[in-house]
Amino acid sequence: MSKSHVTTTINGEAAEFLCETQQTLLDVLRDVVGLTGAKEGCASGDCGACSVLIDGTLVCSCLVLGVEAEGKSITTIEGIAQGDHLHPIQQKFLEHAALQCGFCTPGLIVATKALLDENPNPTETEARYWLAGNLCRCTGYDKVIRAVMDAAAVMRGETV
Amino acid sequence: MPTVVLSSGSASLSLTGGVTEFEVEATTFRRLILELEKRFPGLGTQVEESMAVAIDGEIFQDAYSAELRPGSEIVLIPKIGGG
Amino acid sequence: MNYISSDLKVVGTRPIRPDGVDKVTGRAVFAADTRASGMLWGKILRSPHAHARIVSIDTSKAEALKGVYAVVTSKDFPEIASEEAFVGEGPMNFRDLSDNIMARGKALYEGHAIAAVAATTAALADEALALIDVTYDVLPHVIDVDEAMQPGAPVLHADMFTAGVNPKPATASNIAKVVTFKKGDIDAGFAEAEVIFEDSYTTKPVHQAYIEPHACLATYAPDGQVTIHASSQGHFMIRAYTAKLLGIDMAQIRVNPAEIGGGFGGKTLIYLEPVAVALSRKSGRSVKMQMTREEVFRGSGPTSGASVTVKLGAKKDGTIVAAQQVLKFQAGAYAGSPVGPGAMCGLAMYDIANVDVVGYDVVSNRPKVAAYRAPGAPISSFAVECAVDDLARKLGMDPLVLREKNAVVNGSKTHYGPTHTNIGFTQVLEATRAHPHWKAPLAEGHGRGLAVGFWFNIGGESSATVHINEDGTVMVATGSPDIGGSRASMGMMAAEVLGIPVSKVKAIVADTASIGFTFLTGGSRVTFATGMAVTQASEKVVDQLKARAAATWDIPVDAVEWKDGKAYPAGTNAGAFEPLDLAAIALKQGRTGGPINAEVSVNAQGAGAGFGAHICDVAVDKETGKVDIVRYTAIQDVGKAIHPSYVEGQIQGGAAQGIGWALSEEYIYNAKGQMDNPGFLDYRCPVASDLPMIEAVLVEVPNPRHPFGARGVGEVPIVPPMAAISNAIKGAIGLRMPDLPMSPPKVRAAIDAG
Repeated sequence: MSKSHVTTTINGEAAEFLCETQQTLLDVLRDVVGLTGAKEGCASGDCGACSVLIDGTLVCSCLVLGVEAEGKSITTIEGIAQGDHLHPIQQKFLEHAALQCGFCTPGLIVATKALLDENPNPTETEARYWLAGNLCRCTGYDKVIRAVMDAAAVMRGETV
Repeated sequence: MPTVVLSSGSASLSLTGGVTEFEVEATTFRRLILELEKRFPGLGTQVEESMAVAIDGEIFQDAYSAELRPGSEIVLIPKIGGG
Repeated sequence: MNYISSDLKVVGTRPIRPDGVDKVTGRAVFAADTRASGMLWGKILRSPHAHARIVSIDTSKAEALKGVYAVVTSKDFPEIASEEAFVGEGPMNFRDLSDNIMARGKALYEGHAIAAVAATTAALADEALALIDVTYDVLPHVIDVDEAMQPGAPVLHADMFTAGVNPKPATASNIAKVVTFKKGDIDAGFAEAEVIFEDSYTTKPVHQAYIEPHACLATYAPDGQVTIHASSQGHFMIRAYTAKLLGIDMAQIRVNPAEIGGGFGGKTLIYLEPVAVALSRKSGRSVKMQMTREEVFRGSGPTSGASVTVKLGAKKDGTIVAAQQVLKFQAGAYAGSPVGPGAMCGLAMYDIANVDVVGYDVVSNRPKVAAYRAPGAPISSFAVECAVDDLARKLGMDPLVLREKNAVVNGSKTHYGPTHTNIGFTQVLEATRAHPHWKAPLAEGHGRGLAVGFWFNIGGESSATVHINEDGTVMVATGSPDIGGSRASMGMMAAEVLGIPVSKVKAIVADTASIGFTFLTGGSRVTFATGMAVTQASEKVVDQLKARAAATWDIPVDAVEWKDGKAYPAGTNAGAFEPLDLAAIALKQGRTGGPINAEVSVNAQGAGAGFGAHICDVAVDKETGKVDIVRYTAIQDVGKAIHPSYVEGQIQGGAAQGIGWALSEEYIYNAKGQMDNPGFLDYRCPVASDLPMIEAVLVEVPNPRHPFGARGVGEVPIVPPMAAISNAIKGAIGLRMPDLPMSPPKVRAAIDAG
């Protein structure tokens, strides 16, 4: 079977790839494009480790087909920092020690970006429900939520 | 003489014929193992391979060099792992 | 040297971890993130039956499929004699492990590996698996632990004769082992008791549920050299098992430790690596394998489910004078449940004169259990801590007062033999009593629960090297996989000893060919044992730095002292010299005697035991039976927190896993012995919206056997939650929930039954 040619934008840059029609966006990113920051934890949309943004919308890339990226703009964890300048969310995850093994971290950071883009001033409860699709087995979420709330305050310009 | 207490692992009890407490002439853990093996064939090997030893309360998983004092309390327990 | 009373500049602070930026930017390389040229994808065919004789396996159609380069079955692995191994956690039998990674003769559980293929793509490998013809003779199966112990239950192993009973049984059974611990005279103890409480409890198997599925990349080169890239809690463990299971010399195997995406004990044994190596050997190509989440649930170890009874006898003043406990632990398909530590830990918090504990290690048609955080202790303590709470009610005593009255102190003799030394349980209980949570008024309808827990902690073999780079920066390498931020604490201990900022130290995890043997990351041993090796190696480096300064100044080395990262002449008699800092000495290390570095290997003893106390408030929705955790406080003696944020993180994470164990996680089986919920949708781990903030209170009672006073912290926090929550539910609705998980249907049913 011939592969499909997909023209898309990944982390702000024009990109093209060939993929099987049944290949998930997660597999394409990891195995075809070579961006391994998005992780496979379940391949069923339950753990959020593969979270990416498609035209700004948060999705589990294991539930999206590679061909669906056609004409869209994809943001992965590799596109969150600006060059060597970490995004405030990344910086706050580090400062709050909001990661232990770090496997769920790319997904959590992408999901947090989507949250704060949509709601710059979430309550703790709103943050907890938004991130309920991202499993973390190490931290108990305490420091994750603190990092998210702190990053939100920084992005609103309230603290540094 | 240090006192050895076999508080656990009834698998070992079958080697001692049910004896749970006895004194052993030994000043090091290595000598203790050899003495145990001599007194109860199989026990020394079993202690060495699959058991830990608590000497005066401190658990040693591998303790060839650990010193035994007269009156030391030596307890043989299963080895401990963890997650 | 001991730094416990020193003025510490680095230890106890909260620097950003050395691997942090890689992990927040997606650069960190986990097991599944690597490729090799010409790589094949390996996949495993698993048994759909809980118990079946494998009559035949026909792999010819799979082998004929274009793009398939190797198919292996148990015939491709050498037969291993029964031999106890202490390579991983707990006693493990090499033969069982071999049988577990590729079934020989019988499939013992649904998900048991039967055959494996390597093909050019993952999809093709799946296609090939479907072409393998296996003829099974399905046998009766048994899942439940009590049923598995009954006479007439389907027997898994014809050669299993219960160990630990005298005389040896004449017939085979599913009871692998009986362990007993006795202290005092149990009958006399109960005769003396004025109040007796007794109850039975059950727990379900729960999975470690690390988010990263098992994965590896293996290459068997034509000259017999093997390279493995894998995530695990011990790359030396992978090397040892792979060597043994395939009959390869260890020197031929090099294991590179990938970043590990969680383990919690579940990555202390192996599943894929020998299979990947066998496929690579047969195909001549590198082979990558990665479990699906479903395979992780069906084919890798959860911890035991269990059935436990507890009987306590006390005087009216609250002195507990007798305790009896019977523990029946599911081991899964092979012997080796953590019933031993369970039998030791459950009552280790209490000084009781008469104790009788019996534990059974029972096999059934489930995946072989693997270690899970404080293996055995949470199950045993759940039962004991519920019983202690109900005993307090029966006595009309405050549950904290009852615990304080019977708590072990230094010098208390445990029921399993040793005497407690260097413990901080008293201080933990004092911190509990003093904590605002314990005194806070309880909202209407809420309940508050308390439970305490214990774990031994271990030391063991660790190696570390410290290298001084030419520019005065420092490399620290250890053999301990970093599962929760240990590179940060290793770098901090080195920086403290060297007297330099932690930013000048880079800590890494070295592969099996690059550093001395190091036992796996588990048992809460890394900060303690590997930290000891790092500290000693750093001290040896300081000795060399002083010697180089002495050579430069042409004075005796004992006339040099090292302080804040600089060599000083010790007093005016030594001469007047400008201090030499580490960078200045490093720059000239070639001229003053050659590269400065040190490697230290230790077999660390004296890991201080850990105690914790958890306070939990719950709200119970009486209509749905849903339990909400309203407030949670975890208090623990941590010895000395090297990096307090990661110590808190261990406690918060352990508590969260315990909350999942308590309320929502379980293996659910259907009548055929197949797991019905092998995915994160139906196997319900706590998510962010299920939990409140978890307050971690660090009590620091230094462990005198560690240079900085550290004790292991990772395991204790999973011990108390289940009982703390059950006790809180009892406070809220007046009903004891003795069976885990305390899920909404069960709570609702209990409310309905009154």
